[in-house]
Amino acid sequence: MPEMERTEVLKTIKLIMEDVFDVSPLVINELTSAADIEEWDSLNHVQLVVTIEKHFKIKFTAKEIRTWVNVGEMCSSILNRQ
Amino acid sequence: MFTNELIDYNSLKKNLKKDPTSFPVIRLAILSDSATQMVVTALKGYGYEEKLNLEIFEADFDQVDRQVYDSSSELYRFDPQFIIIFFCINNLSRRFGNLSFNDKSAFAADYLSEIEKIYSAITSKLTGKLIFLNFPESLDAVFGHFGNKTDLSLTYQLRKINLGLMDLSQRLTNFFILDLNALQARFGSQFITDYRISVNTDLFFSIDCLPVIAKNTLDIIQANIGRVNKCLILDLDNTLWGGIIAEDGIENLQIGELGIGKAFSDFQRWAKQLKQRGIILAVCSKNDEVIAAEAFEKHPEMVLRMEDFTVFVANWNNKVDNILYIQSVLQIGFDSMVFIDDSPFERNMVRNYIKGIAVPEMPEDPAEYLNYLTSLNLFETSAFTTEDENRTKTYQEEFKRTGIRNQFANEVDFLKNLHMVSRVEAFKPFNIPRVSQLTQRSNQFNLRTVRYSEAEIQKIAGDPGFITRAFSLGDDYGDYGLIGIIILQVKPGQVLFVDTWIMSCRVLKRGMESFMLDQIIGIAKETGATCIQGEYIPTNKNGIVKTHFSDLGFKQEGNYWILNPSGITSGESYIHAE
Repeated sequence: MPEMERTEVLKTIKLIMEDVFDVSPLVINELTSAADIEEWDSLNHVQLVVTIEKHFKIKFTAKEIRTWVNVGEMCSSILNRQ
Repeated sequence: MFTNELIDYNSLKKNLKKDPTSFPVIRLAILSDSATQMVVTALKGYGYEEKLNLEIFEADFDQVDRQVYDSSSELYRFDPQFIIIFFCINNLSRRFGNLSFNDKSAFAADYLSEIEKIYSAITSKLTGKLIFLNFPESLDAVFGHFGNKTDLSLTYQLRKINLGLMDLSQRLTNFFILDLNALQARFGSQFITDYRISVNTDLFFSIDCLPVIAKNTLDIIQANIGRVNKCLILDLDNTLWGGIIAEDGIENLQIGELGIGKAFSDFQRWAKQLKQRGIILAVCSKNDEVIAAEAFEKHPEMVLRMEDFTVFVANWNNKVDNILYIQSVLQIGFDSMVFIDDSPFERNMVRNYIKGIAVPEMPEDPAEYLNYLTSLNLFETSAFTTEDENRTKTYQEEFKRTGIRNQFANEVDFLKNLHMVSRVEAFKPFNIPRVSQLTQRSNQFNLRTVRYSEAEIQKIAGDPGFITRAFSLGDDYGDYGLIGIIILQVKPGQVLFVDTWIMSCRVLKRGMESFMLDQIIGIAKETGATCIQGEYIPTNKNGIVKTHFSDLGFKQEGNYWILNPSGITSGESYIHAE
């Protein structure tokens, strides 16, 4: 897979979030966390993770899924695997 | 409604924002020792696709015992029609793992007796049906393959539990199994569970598996409310055999040992087993009828034979017209038919012009036909009775009658000549399964469309406040079996209320309605009732009985139809009571 810019990854995450949370448009940045978005509960988090994995064709570890605190950390996990 | 592709979880979730209130309500409870919020979402979303309004009571996480053994629990106040019980294999494995070696060999027996206790507790208070998810295989590899050779292994104890659950469900009414074990065999354990997620959240099912669980749960529920497929309509060339009979000749058809004939033989064998359990088989093929029939009469390796088909249509008309004809012969809804054809053109045409019929999108390679079709679970059922077993024969007898009818100048002579005899009995243990099935499945000749489970019918049979009758009919050409039921409720003021009046459409125009009315009048006179009270509750399927009560001489009073039994003598009937 070609290397992707961080901003592109962020943009993709935003689109996936809009679909999973069924909220559009959604404004996010690297510091956005579950506390900032009402729909981002623990169940939607699971669905979000799985959807991101499918999109980027990657697998996160159980620990990553549990410990991300914001969108920026998710971006880093994705880019680490590119 | 039939769909070829399972809808993904996210789309199911979005269905929750749509309004299901115009659909029939199904009340469902789910009890589990795992987190089930997402299962509930998938079920509701899938319910919307199937035009059902699911009202779901979800017990708090791991509260099965409290809900079941506390008689004042929310479960009992909710009074669901269906109770899903899902014990997760992860917890079962942990429990087994904690046992000492001495206790391991008794694990399955102990577990099964716990399940039976849960069943007894629930069914002593509720009439709803239990749907119990059995267990996927454990892959613990503690003993390896040797686990089959010792009762100390989880492999052995788990399979014993699954077998025991089947025995329980055969012995106990209202106990159904959702075969998670079979779903695991089809999809694989990696598909069923995402271990990274189940370890974090107690969600057992992976996101992708949730639509599968929802579909299969709804399959069982829909079969229990009478939504079942009853008829399989089959194309011939390149569907039931390889090749084109009119061009290749009967001797070159791929069936049995020739070419990829085994794939077609297996497919035919499947269809034949469906027929044996009550699915009507019909042929709808663009072919010369004589040539097509010859294949079933003369080809030595043909698994299906002419007598397996209830309707055989081979001509050059378009398939939509032919299926309309098949429908007119069988008198069943299009939404209970499945049409299988290798041609995308024919499939699309049938799909576009016949609403409700299931038309699976077939794989290109015939070797994959059977695996694909079985994955769709097209023929879920809620019961199996002797009527199912004899269905094809019953239809064939009916066609003989229709043939005879033309020999008589008028209807009366025809009816007289049938020498019809009806057996009339109260509900008894041996007819209760069929009685319940009729209340579940009859849509057309059904005055109030009240659905009853076997347990409920049993209750009514033993309740002095109700009088019940089951009607069987036979004639010179064969036995229709149990074809009609009435449930009369004794109400204050010498009123006999017709709670249920159902008749199979196969015996329409035989004078059975009048015969049944005579029986009701007889009961009224015996019990001293002065008023027979009927009610017609319209649905979109029971239009044929809209004028039923007025045809029989009842007078309308508000929402009810009234008949005074005194002074009414029975008219001429061509049916004799046995």
